[in-house]
Amino acid sequence: MLTTIIAGAGHAGGQTALSLRQVGYEGRIVVCGDEPVPPYQRPPLSKKYLSGELALERVFLRPESFYATHDIELRLGNAVREIDPERRSVVLDGGESLAYTDLVIATGSRPRRLDVPGSDLGNVFYLRTLEDADAIGKELVAGRRLVVVGGGYIGLEIASTARGLGMEVCVVEAADRILGRVTAPEMSAYYTRAHRARGVDLRLSTGIVSFEGDETVRGVVCAGETVPADVVVIGIGIVPDQRLAASAGIPCDDGIVVDERCATAAGHVYAVGDCTRHPNPILERKLRLESVQNALEQARTAATNIAGTPTKYEQVPWFWSDQFDLKLQMVGMSQGYDTVVQRGSMDADDFAMFYLKEGVLIAVDAVNRPREFMACRKLVPQRPSIDPVKLADESIPMKEMV
Amino acid sequence: MARITFIQPDGSASTVEVPNGLTVMEGAIENDITGVIAQCGGSCSCSTCHCYVADEWMGVLPPPEEEETGLIEFAWEPRECSRLTCQIRVTDELDGLVLHVPAEQL
Repeated sequence: MLTTIIAGAGHAGGQTALSLRQVGYEGRIVVCGDEPVPPYQRPPLSKKYLSGELALERVFLRPESFYATHDIELRLGNAVREIDPERRSVVLDGGESLAYTDLVIATGSRPRRLDVPGSDLGNVFYLRTLEDADAIGKELVAGRRLVVVGGGYIGLEIASTARGLGMEVCVVEAADRILGRVTAPEMSAYYTRAHRARGVDLRLSTGIVSFEGDETVRGVVCAGETVPADVVVIGIGIVPDQRLAASAGIPCDDGIVVDERCATAAGHVYAVGDCTRHPNPILERKLRLESVQNALEQARTAATNIAGTPTKYEQVPWFWSDQFDLKLQMVGMSQGYDTVVQRGSMDADDFAMFYLKEGVLIAVDAVNRPREFMACRKLVPQRPSIDPVKLADESIPMKEMV
Repeated sequence: MARITFIQPDGSASTVEVPNGLTVMEGAIENDITGVIAQCGGSCSCSTCHCYVADEWMGVLPPPEEEETGLIEFAWEPRECSRLTCQIRVTDELDGLVLHVPAEQL
């Protein structure tokens, strides 16, 4: 029987199943995941779900009943444990063995751990799953003290949410700037000011020595001082979950290696989402992305290929991050830029930073600037040469540059 | 609760019931309406839930915020009646709403 098994029931795994049906795939679809809930959206976990604004049922990718009506089998709390690519079969945690025609690995990623004394104390959290968000959410209470370890998007979003709930918030970053891995120094400086102006105690170049407390964390020991804490959330990046693929002999290189069709080196085995290292034909290099767009579009690509229509994944990455009243929308990868152009006003929280390399527009970070963001989604794939003076000139509408 | 009709570019229509409090986009997704993609899940960051509002409903909907207007300007073939369905919250007043799904998103 024509069967696709999807190993991983996150955003990418869930979307693969939905896309297979959307493109008319008539075979059996089985989605297996380790979590006890149907596929859900992760972005709200650090924002509106964490704050309590968004109800649980609105976080799910689809209501659970949707899968049954579309003939998609969910094996929840029953992940794929083992793959045999030669025999085209998998074994689930529960012991069940299933044969596949095609397999999609969508194992996602897991939080990078911080191994210092006391990191196993109560109220020291990581945020990745709905269960994590529920556990953290219970502890986010007005007046209590939250320490966020790591000034990346997840950490800063949690800091923003907690401030919104009336907590005292301290963000501790080991590097000399926040968002160092993903953006330019100008943006790091802007977000540092933005968080401080909104009451966050943000500390740079501050490494963590240990966490102290008896059963529950009471303080975060940094070089030189101890920051009092009732709750700690560690957000220091993720590592791709490639264990399942690697143990089946599928090549991995900081991510499961796939081609433009999302196919791995093993026949009839695809991989999608956070867990992949994939070529980007527009950027002409290999990427591992931690984003919803990547999860959804790779899912669609794999599904379309499985259904028999050869398709390539070739898109410029885009991202977003909501913090306080700041809607950050990003296009492209700015690494390697030689010129940065500002349009609008940082003081008014209303601006975009354009990144150029050898005269070519390669990326934008737009704060409360949807037009600049959207214009760049159209522009960046074309690798256009644009006059930096024009980009900075507010009297020229973005429309005229597309 | 509102009954909302989505009309596809080929003229085929589906009418779905959406509870109050959800967005029109969420109603479309739960009912598998073709052409409403909603990549960003409703955070007004992608424009892939763009639809055209039927003329007679234009005056009924609250006007879009600036963050929505900016995205729509660059959506696929925007018109006066373009809206992002993730920004329209369902109320009883929207019972009977008619939307046209664009041929493409972006």
